[in-house]
Amino acid sequence: MDDMRNDPMMLRSIIMDHYEYPRNHALVNEEAYVQKHMASDSCIDDITVQAKIVQDRIEDIRFDGVACTISTASTSIMSELLKGKTKAQAKAIMDNYFAMIDGADYDANVLEEAIAFYTVGKQANRIKCATIGWNAMKELLETSEDDANEQG
Amino acid sequence: MRNIYEIRQDFPMLQNKQMQGHDLIYFDNSATTLKPYSVLDAIAYYYTNITSNAHRSDYDLAFAVDQAYENARLKIAELIHANKNEIVFTSGASEGLNLIAYGYGLRYLKEDDVILVSEAEHASCVLPWMRVCEKTGARLKYIPLNEEGKLTIEAFRSIMDANVKVVALAQISNVLGYEVPMKEICEFAHAYGAIVVVDGAQSVPHLPIDVKDMDCDFLTFSAHKMCGPTGIGAIYGKYEWLENIDAWMLGGGSNARFDACGHILMKKPPAKFESGTQNIEGVLGFGAAVDYLQDLGMHQLHAYEQKLRHYIVSHMKRMENIRLYNEDAQSGIITFNVKDVFAQDAASYFNAHGIAVRSGQHCAKLLSEQLKTAATVRASLYFYNTRAEADEFLKVCANADMHTCLDIYF
Repeated sequence: MDDMRNDPMMLRSIIMDHYEYPRNHALVNEEAYVQKHMASDSCIDDITVQAKIVQDRIEDIRFDGVACTISTASTSIMSELLKGKTKAQAKAIMDNYFAMIDGADYDANVLEEAIAFYTVGKQANRIKCATIGWNAMKELLETSEDDANEQG
Repeated sequence: MRNIYEIRQDFPMLQNKQMQGHDLIYFDNSATTLKPYSVLDAIAYYYTNITSNAHRSDYDLAFAVDQAYENARLKIAELIHANKNEIVFTSGASEGLNLIAYGYGLRYLKEDDVILVSEAEHASCVLPWMRVCEKTGARLKYIPLNEEGKLTIEAFRSIMDANVKVVALAQISNVLGYEVPMKEICEFAHAYGAIVVVDGAQSVPHLPIDVKDMDCDFLTFSAHKMCGPTGIGAIYGKYEWLENIDAWMLGGGSNARFDACGHILMKKPPAKFESGTQNIEGVLGFGAAVDYLQDLGMHQLHAYEQKLRHYIVSHMKRMENIRLYNEDAQSGIITFNVKDVFAQDAASYFNAHGIAVRSGQHCAKLLSEQLKTAATVRASLYFYNTRAEADEFLKVCANADMHTCLDIYF
């Protein structure tokens, strides 16, 4: 993993690949999905993230919208990375991702392709693009936790 | 115009300022402009030498502030060929447009009256009228733009009728930078008995303006887009209209008398609209900014800007990787995209080269029908930009593609 961070060509190609061929890039109209619309007031991005969370597991993540390279690729990578994970696993990955973006200590091994954004802070105004989809997912998870607690 | 490099010495932000390790190239002048020392000095002068409230007191300091304040009003009036008592200070063009919409609209408009705006209007020129429509039952109608995104006099004539009571338009659109034929529009609108409200935020800083010749009823603008401070702007209004529209804010300074029975006698315009302690430092800074522009000469400034724009555009239009949307606009606004690159990604790429440009999304109708894109990059020039900056910008443009726009992160 550490090697990949020293390979800008590789990181760039990861971002390009997810921008040109975003994964899980279509919304569905099913009751089992919860969704979060994110429209930043300080940038153009306008995306919607959907998640199907069954008991403790994230069974599916989908997204769509008008967005730049950074937000499209970061959301696409997030959707692949967190799909199939338990809530606890997903939360651990998210904590690491946000720590990386904030310049704090993080475990690169759990981030896989999301490592491509470790230098996004060079363009300070784009941090929100790299986190918009992740923040949407975080809110969906938190809402699902709250619901679970209420029912429990 | 004075020598460009001598002019640049007047601006602290143009002295060795760096962005991302490059000399700053400030091409976001439609958003706001840089300030010369003379404006900063005027603001500091108020606080260091003549601090006191305006229009309130009998001592010498306060008299000096009154004079400085009213003198700034005179300078602004002279810039646009208005009378001094036709200039009302506001916080900026947006407040001005709101004041006119509510002050005129809520008093005079009724059901089925029509307010005409264009499809490319700035939110500040449309949203206040939407609110007025909700309250009065009046309707908002949009003048269609042609395939280039221009508002033509023909399109305006074809939609104009006797129900139209207000025409509210930007003289220069902030998206594509085209100038609207405002004099003809005023003449035609007046023949139907409609008033014309001009958003001058993008025109007053860049063009010689004569409100008497244009014959508009209202014109609004902001100081910060013309080398002045933020938080201050002005309305020009024909005096009879200023007398006959309502102030939307009441309080100290705007009333001559009031009593416990609720009788209020308002002061005459412009004081009627200037309630509460005003933005005195802003007004004095605004006056200094107008002095600065007048010294350069609005005709000369405009000609310089046009020449620089023409130079940039003539090169950009030959670049295979650039899509240009407003080749022939007569303003400093250059609207474009790097092919296959989302506007915001391109704007970050320019930032990485020390160049400040704006990426922006446009109102749904305009983008789908005219621009056929979700967002564009806007470079906007002012008189302190140079040919050397233009060359650097062009070099960066020529190298822009999806790869270079992503390389900035690594």
